[in-house]
Amino acid sequence: MAKAIGLLVALFALWLTLSGFFKPFLLMLGVLSCLLTLYLAYRMKLLDDEAVPIQLRPALLLYWGWLGGEIFKSAVAVSKVILMREMALHQQLIAVPAPQKTDMGHVIFANSITLTPGTVTVETRPGVFLVHALTESAADAEGFAEMGRRVAEIEAW
Amino acid sequence: MDITLDLIRDIASGISFAVGLAFLLIGALGMIRLPDVWARIHAAGVIDTIGAELIVFGMILQAGFTQASLKLLLIGLFLFVTSPTATHAVANAAFTAGLRPLNLRKNQSANVLGGETKP
Amino acid sequence: MTMLLATAAALFAAMMMVLIRLFAGPTVYDRVLAVNTFGTLTVLLLGLLGFITERPDFLDIAILYALINFVATIAILKFFRYRALGRRSPLAEE
Repeated sequence: MAKAIGLLVALFALWLTLSGFFKPFLLMLGVLSCLLTLYLAYRMKLLDDEAVPIQLRPALLLYWGWLGGEIFKSAVAVSKVILMREMALHQQLIAVPAPQKTDMGHVIFANSITLTPGTVTVETRPGVFLVHALTESAADAEGFAEMGRRVAEIEAW
Repeated sequence: MDITLDLIRDIASGISFAVGLAFLLIGALGMIRLPDVWARIHAAGVIDTIGAELIVFGMILQAGFTQASLKLLLIGLFLFVTSPTATHAVANAAFTAGLRPLNLRKNQSANVLGGETKP
Repeated sequence: MTMLLATAAALFAAMMMVLIRLFAGPTVYDRVLAVNTFGTLTVLLLGLLGFITERPDFLDIAILYALINFVATIAILKFFRYRALGRRSPLAEE
């Protein structure tokens, strides 16, 4: 039930953002189309943790802020490597343990690793990721452990 | 008062544009300079994440509190969610196809994949 | 306005640089990566053009382009993966 209401609110917010209409008749049509979409999603059994991730803690927003800072730092590091006359590449494929308990947690962690320039998740197996790192400093095990701990905090389980 | 607010907004969005463009151009240079697809993925990462988001942020500052800035927020959120997925898809496809990075310093892929044979 | 025009011009320069990689290759993954990045830059350029011409409708086009760009990247990769079945590309020998 909470998932259904969450999806309805999200759909209607999206409708308002994209249309920008506030006439009663058009608003009614918007609500109707959102309800129809909700019915279809219910019939397709889409109302689960994956499609409507309201089980995540609100601290997700704080995590995004922290992630933004990390992205900036590693983007500067990668930019330095690109701009050097002799590019100091130390490419490596490393195994990174993923301590999260849910699929959603794994997805957030893998996407966070990929979002940070200098590291890309290449393969995933249960509990462990294969990560490609551009430089020695990008492949810092401490940094991955820190990020994994923060992701484990925001996933509810 | 409006004039100073406008000026502050223009300066803030100008800084955002300038820093974002610096990252975009460095990333584009990296796309040309770096030696193989694995290294270029990181240059594309610089463009897709920090460069794109800073340009979108600058445009949000230009738009102010309007419907346009909400749409820009939607674009920013969408890029934030999809760009790592697309990058991972490229990396994973290259790995599955048997491409390996040049001059690998360390390779722990056996630790992750174990004795699996590739499809 | 000058600022927006200058930003659009620099964005265009970055797009041309990515285009070089798109044509140079050498593997299909380089090209897919370049197409994806080019699409991201196109989305940004569309947004800026909306501001320069003062037509906010361009933002809708930009949203649509971002959606199609993502789907296209995934579709191309899936096509190459299942048609080539992980065979080594002759250009990728190292």
